[in-house]
Amino acid sequence: MTDASISGPAAKPRPNTSGSLLELDKGTRRRNAAEKRFRAYGMAAVGIGLIFLLVLLFTIVRNGVPAFTQTFIELPVTLSEAKLDKSGNRDIEEIKKVTTFGYGGLINSALETTLSDAGIASPFEKASELSKLISSSAAAQIRDYVLTHPDDIGKTVTFEVLASSRVDGYEKGRVTRVALLNDKNLDAEHLDVADQMKEAGVLKRRFNWDFILGADASESRPEQAGIGVSMLGSLFMMLVVLVLSLPIGVAASVYLEEFAPKNWFTDIIEVNISNLAAVPSIVFGILGLAVFIQFIELPQSAPLVGGLVLTLMTLPTIIISTRASLKAVPPSIRDAALGVGASKMQSVFHHVLPLAMPGILTGTILGLAQALGETAPLLLIGMVGYIASNYPDGIASGFLDPNSAMPAQIYEWAKRADPAYYERAWGGIIILLVFLMTMNIIAIILRRRFERRW
Amino acid sequence: MSFMKLTASALALAAVSATGAMARDQIQIAGSSTVLPYASIVAEAFGENFDFPTPVVESGGSSSGLKRFCEGVGENTIDIANASRAIKDKEIKACADAGVTDIIQVRIGYDGIVFASQLNGPEFTAFEPSDWFKALAAELPVDGKMVANPNMTWADVNPDLPAEEIMAFIPGTKHGTREVFEEKVLIQGCEDSGAMEEMKAAGLDDDAAEDACKAVRTDGKSVDIDGDYTETLARIDSNPHGLGVFGLAFYENNTDKLKVATMSGIAPSTETIASGEYPVSRPLYFYIKKAHIGVIPGLKEYAEFFVSDDIAGPDGPLSEYGLVSDPELADTQSMVADEETMGANM
Repeated sequence: MTDASISGPAAKPRPNTSGSLLELDKGTRRRNAAEKRFRAYGMAAVGIGLIFLLVLLFTIVRNGVPAFTQTFIELPVTLSEAKLDKSGNRDIEEIKKVTTFGYGGLINSALETTLSDAGIASPFEKASELSKLISSSAAAQIRDYVLTHPDDIGKTVTFEVLASSRVDGYEKGRVTRVALLNDKNLDAEHLDVADQMKEAGVLKRRFNWDFILGADASESRPEQAGIGVSMLGSLFMMLVVLVLSLPIGVAASVYLEEFAPKNWFTDIIEVNISNLAAVPSIVFGILGLAVFIQFIELPQSAPLVGGLVLTLMTLPTIIISTRASLKAVPPSIRDAALGVGASKMQSVFHHVLPLAMPGILTGTILGLAQALGETAPLLLIGMVGYIASNYPDGIASGFLDPNSAMPAQIYEWAKRADPAYYERAWGGIIILLVFLMTMNIIAIILRRRFERRW
Repeated sequence: MSFMKLTASALALAAVSATGAMARDQIQIAGSSTVLPYASIVAEAFGENFDFPTPVVESGGSSSGLKRFCEGVGENTIDIANASRAIKDKEIKACADAGVTDIIQVRIGYDGIVFASQLNGPEFTAFEPSDWFKALAAELPVDGKMVANPNMTWADVNPDLPAEEIMAFIPGTKHGTREVFEEKVLIQGCEDSGAMEEMKAAGLDDDAAEDACKAVRTDGKSVDIDGDYTETLARIDSNPHGLGVFGLAFYENNTDKLKVATMSGIAPSTETIASGEYPVSRPLYFYIKKAHIGVIPGLKEYAEFFVSDDIAGPDGPLSEYGLVSDPELADTQSMVADEETMGANM
């Protein structure tokens, strides 16, 4: 339809302006269409982002949630005196001489009795075949118990031991009978036994706190591995980052923003701070290796060094956000303070800094969250590997003894051969995400509750 | 700013390290990612059975481990380097220059290198070293002249192999596995196929001919993997023609995804490797700084525990994981007990 036909035959054909206000002319329609298209692009962009996020979250949850449960087997073990304490005098030093290898026989016979009590016929000739159902951590678990309870030697104690990673994978649907065809670690017959044990109530799958609180384990027993120790490593690193980068960052930005003269030197500093914020984190790792470990000779793999490296990485972020929030405090506040006779320093510390605090804290928390998720610099200072195996003995040991960090632990798990570790890597990602989300939520709450706008 | 930052951190450091300057009580190990699984199994059992803390084991490759090992003597250097190849003279010299003179070499057993492809992929089931040489060599001698490798499919190399595009994922040069691969597969294949003779006839001397045998094509048919076997596995997973080089233990943990090929007609297993029938195997080592024994608590106990029959013997947890135990383990045990250094037995 054309404008002419709408405005009626009486009107002189004039350019677009003649029509009713209710009718849109060509140009307006075109502009409106362009706007609609632009909105559609925007919505598509947001939609694509959302789809990616959903797919990512879905994959993480689907792959990671199984890591939080674990299959256990209830095993009444007779702690035979003949094997554990030959002399019978309950001397701890002598009991210690029986290594975990000496406990293998006890576990095998315990498994046999458990099976026969439950009325399950073992398809194997050798009793040791059955022990493939059980994690090799069982021996250490029983030995630890015997060392702390030497008086129980001779009695029968029921332990809840971990099932081996493949039995656990079968319970979680990860391992199938077909997949075991060429596998020398477990046979399909083992799974038949496991099925019967489950029916008899000996084998159970339940929530596994040790995954969240435990230490890392070696390659041969993924079922025992936990992220707890590396979580402590991350905690100690974050303490170092907080204690160093907050005061240094705030002092630097207050000076630069409030006191420093404006000249070419401060300009250079400013440009360099922005540059530092964009430097890839691996560069800080190389710097940390060269300066902190090789020059200052701090211990390798220590959370202290990790924290120092991450401090270097976090400082620019904190300085930039602190300066932004200092800038946001209106000059009238400073003028008023100076006007009633406050010194420059009083005006900053009594008025400007408290008003800028929410912004500073938000920036700090976001900087910490970024540092918490960082792996690359830790690769170079020796925090990736089979490291998070001992709980720190105390505060000093927490800073100085070798430890890993959560993202480094996840990376390490993803590298290991046993597919069960892959599942744990996803589980670790869930825990790390929960931490990051908590920190971001705290930052948002701080901003919402305390931020003042002028 | 960065100067201010550094001085400030250095001050903070001095304060912390002054209070915390105490002896390290944990053994620190780094090196080969092939040895890492075994070392971590031993470290874990060591922590469980002794009153010493569990040693820490880092990976990164044999070469980078030995490089760190040779940085010097002292508490902030590593005590043990794991290696999937023997230490080189060049490295011994670098060590000596940095003051690391007494090194104890411990052979822990043997490990096989296997060639595997997707479980349901093409029928890659039997190889000869010469197949791999002809498929991967950068240049092949044709009529007395060296020309760029013309082979595009495995069938070009050997008509018995499937007509699939050549796509090999081999360990990168920082891995000890690469050296074994070059020596036992590429150079062996070079000799078997007669290419070595032709190269020498074409005027190359022995060293140059060997280098030419080892040179791998760079046209994208062969990909160096610098990461771990998990990376190779991921590449194979997404590439049906792909063939990868793995350690035997890694393959045995992933039999549901990988299909292994025979080499010279022998299937890889701990038995065929122990008997020496399977051609591509190599010894695994770790190296101890003798100067650290007695300084770092538990270092000697760890080494003795590692090579004890309970651990490294034929029925121990290491051989369960895939290590081929060393028939001369008893000699190694007495060597560790006597702290015999490398110079002493040469």
